Amino acid sequence: MSETTATLYEQLGGEAAVNAAVDIFYRKVLSDHRINRFFDNTDMDKQAAKQKSFLTMAFGGPNNYSGADMRQAHAHLVKKLGLDDTHFDAVVENLAATLQELNVPQNLINQVAAIAESTRNDVLDR
Amino acid sequence: MSMHKISVNDRDIICESGETVLDACLRENIDIPYGCRQGACQSCMVRSLQGPPPLAAQDGLKEVLRHQHHFLACLCYPQQDMAISISSPTEFFTEATVIEKSLLNAETVQLTLQCKETMDYYAGQFVNLKRADGLTRSYSIANNRLHANKLSFHIRRLAGGRFSEWAHQELNVGDKLEVSDPQGLCYYLPTSQENNLLLIGTGSGLAPLAGIVSEALHHGHKGAIHLFHGSREMDGLYWIEEMQELASQYANFHYTACVSRGDAPDGVVRGRANDVAMTLLPSLKGWRLYLCGHPDMVHQTKRQAFLHGAALQDIHADAFHVASATLD
Repeated sequence: MSETTATLYEQLGGEAAVNAAVDIFYRKVLSDHRINRFFDNTDMDKQAAKQKSFLTMAFGGPNNYSGADMRQAHAHLVKKLGLDDTHFDAVVENLAATLQELNVPQNLINQVAAIAESTRNDVLDR
Repeated sequence: MSMHKISVNDRDIICESGETVLDACLRENIDIPYGCRQGACQSCMVRSLQGPPPLAAQDGLKEVLRHQHHFLACLCYPQQDMAISISSPTEFFTEATVIEKSLLNAETVQLTLQCKETMDYYAGQFVNLKRADGLTRSYSIANNRLHANKLSFHIRRLAGGRFSEWAHQELNVGDKLEVSDPQGLCYYLPTSQENNLLLIGTGSGLAPLAGIVSEALHHGHKGAIHLFHGSREMDGLYWIEEMQELASQYANFHYTACVSRGDAPDGVVRGRANDVAMTLLPSLKGWRLYLCGHPDMVHQTKRQAFLHGAALQDIHADAFHVASATLD
């Protein structure tokens, strides 16, 4: 089997890669003044578990991603706290920075960013 | 591979070969919460009632949860027949007698109970104390595991607190109370002894932390142990000399008393306990944390500690939510 037939998830390193990324990513998000207020009242253990699900999906891994769930989970943030494109961009930026920190090749980072991008309209409820 | 029997909610169901416990429960219409079905969201966490579950089903769970045989139903392919609990088990109470009552400071009383039965608890856990009329409140165990029949509690008097007022004013040596099974996951296990420990508590949050410190020292914990106890003012602190004495006995134990308002006398630091700790210990990578006391302090410190490098699964927290009025 040639290298190119491996899935994105396999190329990234599977679940071990998600585990390596989740704390780095979550720390970046919580330290980012553009977006950390959205996380002020969250339970950190549950939020970390959600971040792991999100990263698994963005890494092209096995998931039960549902646009409706994503929409429902963020709807109150859109309505009450003004979640918009700039915040979504900031999250994608943190995701890319996380992968750069883990020395993931740029072409794989681009693929992850594209999957994350595909959730934009669901997250922003439009 | 073969089929196994699962006892759950007073029913016996069959888990087919190659089927997870979650799938078997759903197929049998058993009410079980779940989410991602891949071990990430931990919604389907259940508990094995007959010994440890398969190791692979505990992936990603906190050590204390694994220790109590919790596992993820979506990751569990049974290796043998199992009995599991989906909801938290019914509480059992044992009778206890007050054998000692003394004031720790103007607002906190230490109560020592002699339990009828030996209690299997870990330092840092809490129990529910029940008065004869059924009024029940949670209190942390303040001693280490060695005193299996004798439990101590620090009861802070709260404005309008029915239980704490009663415990302060009316409860006397010789009176009886009921004590529940020990609960909670904010406790010390004598593993990874070389890891450093950071314990931060406000008010009577010192109770479980003092138990944990005593337990860790008893086990000869090798890493550094840093305890920060905070209150608004000096009169909210207690056991300052006892802790300083302990620190002089054990080279790896360090104690800092903190007050967030008013003057701090010699040997006490001015500032909130969590802020003082984070300033003194900027890198918490690989540290184990125990946070007990005011819910806002616990919530804020959890985030601070994570941003200072601690892994979430190494942060143990017990927020003291109160039924009445204020605490600092």
